[in-house]
Amino acid sequence: MVLMLIKTAKASLIYVLTIVCILFGAHLSFAAGDKITYPQKEWSFSGITGTFDRASQQRGLQVYKEVCSGCHGLRLLAYRNLKAIGYKDNEVKAFAAENSVNAIDDEGEIIERSARPSDKFVSPYPNIQSARAANGGAYPPDLSLIVKARSDGANYLHALLTGYVEAPSEKKVPDGMYYNKYYSGNLIGMPQPLYEDGVTYADGTKATQEQMAKDVTAFLAWASEPELEERKKTGIAVILFLLVLTTLSYFAMKKIWAPIKNREI
Amino acid sequence: MSKPKFKNPVVKWIDYRLPIFTFMDHELNHYPTPKNLNYFWNFGSLAGIALVTMIITGIVLSMNYTAHVDYAFDSVERIMRDVNHGWLIRYIHMNGASFFFIVVFVHIFRGLYYGSYKAPRELLWILGVLILLLMMATAFMGYVLPWGQMSFWGATVITNLFSAIPVVGESIVTWLWGGFSVDNSTLNRFFSLHFVLPFVIVGVVILHLIALHRFGSNNPIGIDVKGTQDTLPFSPYYTIKDLFGLGVFLTFFAAAVFFFPNFMGHPDNYIEANPMVTPAHIVPEWYFLPFYAILRAIPDKLGGVLFMFGSIAVLFILPWLDRSPVRSSQFRPIFKIFFWVLVFDCILLGYLGAMPAEGIYVILSRIATAYYFFHFLILFPLLPYIEKTKPLPISISVPVLSGASTASAFAVREKK
Repeated sequence: MVLMLIKTAKASLIYVLTIVCILFGAHLSFAAGDKITYPQKEWSFSGITGTFDRASQQRGLQVYKEVCSGCHGLRLLAYRNLKAIGYKDNEVKAFAAENSVNAIDDEGEIIERSARPSDKFVSPYPNIQSARAANGGAYPPDLSLIVKARSDGANYLHALLTGYVEAPSEKKVPDGMYYNKYYSGNLIGMPQPLYEDGVTYADGTKATQEQMAKDVTAFLAWASEPELEERKKTGIAVILFLLVLTTLSYFAMKKIWAPIKNREI
Repeated sequence: MSKPKFKNPVVKWIDYRLPIFTFMDHELNHYPTPKNLNYFWNFGSLAGIALVTMIITGIVLSMNYTAHVDYAFDSVERIMRDVNHGWLIRYIHMNGASFFFIVVFVHIFRGLYYGSYKAPRELLWILGVLILLLMMATAFMGYVLPWGQMSFWGATVITNLFSAIPVVGESIVTWLWGGFSVDNSTLNRFFSLHFVLPFVIVGVVILHLIALHRFGSNNPIGIDVKGTQDTLPFSPYYTIKDLFGLGVFLTFFAAAVFFFPNFMGHPDNYIEANPMVTPAHIVPEWYFLPFYAILRAIPDKLGGVLFMFGSIAVLFILPWLDRSPVRSSQFRPIFKIFFWVLVFDCILLGYLGAMPAEGIYVILSRIATAYYFFHFLILFPLLPYIEKTKPLPISISVPVLSGASTASAFAVREKK
């Protein structure tokens, strides 16, 4: 009996190890390509039970609106999505109405109307060319997926926003470029966006650079993965269900196989 | 085998005219299966389940996907954000591809370890390699559909390989693209093929199963089933064991889907394809990395392509490369060691495929590639002449050939 248990344990172990090795190997192979490492911050949304901090997300939206949105779009998000981070219908409506979008009226004329909750976030530039032209040739990327589109995205974003330092004397920084210790190649077209008290938070939180970087990262992490909370919550229920099912099927298997195993011993 | 007795009159009526129930009863219920199969025999059924999962989620995704260079990326994001549980379906499909390859790779290495490709199962093995090839083609084209940076540049790099073919190479690439670069027509045909190839895979899987059921499963000691004392009916013994295996598999799968859905993907694929900007490193999906390493290990473009396809081609002729009559590695002490060297070699190739092609990585890639072909083309045919195999048991039921059990072993034989 003990021998059997050990045998089963051994087989399961091989099974588990094989999968773990392959998974880990797959990840390692990509991770190894990156040279710069970013300071690892604690995020409320990491880990298997992670959720977003609503207050931080709302402050992040304020930072996005007052600082980032001058150059960066958020085109995959609709204003109505803001309800998910704790805004009421009328607040969303008012927020959307601050922007205007093109539409076609009943006479076929192109008109401007104020944006509705069903509209997507209005980008600061009508197209990539005009964005480049306005930014010395550098294209400020859309931020809808920025946290998913960079490896170690949340930490990357936070590091980048707080990574503006004096360039070392041997490094030549050309006009229109800025030195950032976390940017690949260290020369970035974006000037330092966050300064102490750059925004005045509605909830009275002190707007340090660190605080703003954390808040806007939390907001953009949600923009990249709006399904995160539901996904993790569902995941826990699914895994618990599967663990029960697997345990039951294990004992059912042992019971069905018992006569066969006993005959052999 | 006696004809099954069905109680339900409708089933009886149908079965008399169309014996599908008799067929299912034979193939899924009574189907005699060696009684000594270990957990590595779970991976075949897991692969089947993975295929069905991919097809079901894929059909649902296709209902919401737009195969056009201007809309593909956004339509995938719409699935992720606005379609009810679209994120779940898409993450299952995305991670399902990786898990499908994981179980298929384990399934293949199990076949290698226990000599499952040897007579009379050569065609079974060849059909399996064909499934692998079809899977690779399907997965490659599927990865292009979200139209991210890696989609676009992966497609560009891989389709460009065909330009290495002398004389007609360039024309073939233009023909594959349906234009002069990877563009809308390429995306359209890849979507079409990505949709249809899985059903071709289903067809080959059916052939794979017919070939399997002709002689039944191989088993860990690799000797033929001698009679009913060596087998068990598939149900309930292996249905329950497969269910348990499925539970373990799904637990890992669910963990990936719900907690680390982008763990095996590349972040660059969340940047929309841009023909004007080349990513710093173009890396294929992890399951192609060993082949990618072989491709890059050869300094010549055509040579690299030939070696890469050759690494699959040797699998097709493996049943005739391996001259040893003994199937299972359990009785081949030297082969067993080399088997693990091969496993290590393939993992190393996978690692090297993800590294930049420079310095030590190039040298290591060449050594690992050389070993891969040495293993198949030299070791397999020649080892049987040097290797002294261990004595084989008489049957699955009488596993040890020594002392008192010898008598019982002979008794079993006499009874036949």
